[in-house]
Amino acid sequence: MKEKLKYERPIITKINAGVTDKFGMRPKMPAIKEIDGVPVDTIIEKYGSPTFVISEKTIRDTLKEAKRAFTTRYPKVKFAWSYKTNYLNAVCKIFHDEGSWAEVVSGFEYDKALANGVPGNQIIFNGPDKSKEDLIKAAENGSYIHIDHFDELYDIISISETTTKRPKVAIRVNMDTGIYPQWDRFGFNYENGEAWNALNRIMMSDKLELTGLHTHIGTYMMTPEPYAVAASKLAELAVRLERKFNHKIKYIDMGGGFASKNTLKGAYLPGKDTFPGFDKYAEAVSNALINSELDPNEMPVLFLETGRALIDDAGYITGSVLANKRLANGRRSMIIDTGVNMLFTSFWYEHEIYPAKDVSSHAEDTTIYGPLCMNIDVIRSAVKFPLLQKGDKYVIKRTGAYNMTQWMQFITLRPKIILIDTQGNTHVIRENETNESLTSHEKVPEHLNKPKK
Amino acid sequence: MTIRKNIAVSESGFVFDPDNGDSYTLNETGKLIIDMLAEGKTEKEIKNYFTEHYDVDEGTLENNFNDFIIMLKNFNLTENE
Repeated sequence: MKEKLKYERPIITKINAGVTDKFGMRPKMPAIKEIDGVPVDTIIEKYGSPTFVISEKTIRDTLKEAKRAFTTRYPKVKFAWSYKTNYLNAVCKIFHDEGSWAEVVSGFEYDKALANGVPGNQIIFNGPDKSKEDLIKAAENGSYIHIDHFDELYDIISISETTTKRPKVAIRVNMDTGIYPQWDRFGFNYENGEAWNALNRIMMSDKLELTGLHTHIGTYMMTPEPYAVAASKLAELAVRLERKFNHKIKYIDMGGGFASKNTLKGAYLPGKDTFPGFDKYAEAVSNALINSELDPNEMPVLFLETGRALIDDAGYITGSVLANKRLANGRRSMIIDTGVNMLFTSFWYEHEIYPAKDVSSHAEDTTIYGPLCMNIDVIRSAVKFPLLQKGDKYVIKRTGAYNMTQWMQFITLRPKIILIDTQGNTHVIRENETNESLTSHEKVPEHLNKPKK
Repeated sequence: MTIRKNIAVSESGFVFDPDNGDSYTLNETGKLIIDMLAEGKTEKEIKNYFTEHYDVDEGTLENNFNDFIIMLKNFNLTENE
């Protein structure tokens, strides 16, 4: 029997010569047929559609790259894995296996880190919400408590009367680093003297051990210069502490906030072109510290709580097209099986989405919707996309940061998350939800359980 | 269902509408449908040709064919019938 010709959906596309439109120009879109050697078709066949995929190799490679950038420029560097960015146990354990400490921002995350085998004295406890019980536990475990506000400082002084160990503390410092908007909600302000005041209070109390200084200047920082400003200001505080109290802090923690290669909505250039790279951040921070008045013989350890930039590239979503339809103005809309409830970051990123098979150079201006019966469920509002049909597979790149912690169960159930290890083997690291996983938390009052008359 | 007489279609799939100066591009299957319509083939004949020669099932073709015709009408490239 004669072999049939390869079929492609017939289309006609209007040419808008000489005028740039919001869809932009794009050559033929490449296909992502496999992730770390595992075919996308196999992933979906075995684990369902959609499936979240984490690449262990990418996590390890990215962390090694970040470490290289900093350790070649500064003598003492330590990474602490930002749990809130992705606290799947398997992901955390990869980072801990590579030597990262844990950086947590709640009692829940703290307990998760302990359960992952992280020793208490390798946990950094940030965040504005720490209960007295959390603080006591952290103090007894020798964890590093980063104080966010005076109420917390007084709580710690109070509990230090009863704890067997002297709480190890640092303060969180906010400051003007030249960026807009300036983040001033975390910690004590540098410019108005609040940070210096908090440090003096800690030093005057012999109950606490001041171990470090911390800052978290912002998020998705596309230029490294503000980190240099922040590092200089923290170094200046450290030098003042040494002069006044003859007290040397053990570390300076620059927090997180490095950008990833995802493209922010409204950005003119794609994120992969604007991401400065770890070397530029490292250069800014290490230059500022090395050139400061800090004692060169006893430089503090530089801590980094980088989250997004370390994990975003390691995450993928593989899924299927549910339908194509025409909008009232003739524009194509494509419905896929990943919604904004699962891909939370689509509210601020123009996520890259690719077909999982070879396509022709023909593409249509397309709006990509998720499967939710909600008008806000838009994954890409305007993208030139190839002619995929119902059932065809797609891959969304760079979904590793924040989605697997901020996603929510809504209308549909959340899917499996799998890990592809460095040998190319696949492992389920989070099961898909079932009706039972949700209803098991519900209770129905007795009077509503009566049989129908 | 016929394409307007003054619409020009090149061999490479470039479409020109002299009434308003608009131009369009077709992919291979789109060009084939336009050519067959210009030859006076019926919808049924066109669909039969596709299912016979291309790797496509009837349901998918029906869906895609209707969508393509809607777009031709949307661009005012067809005769008012």
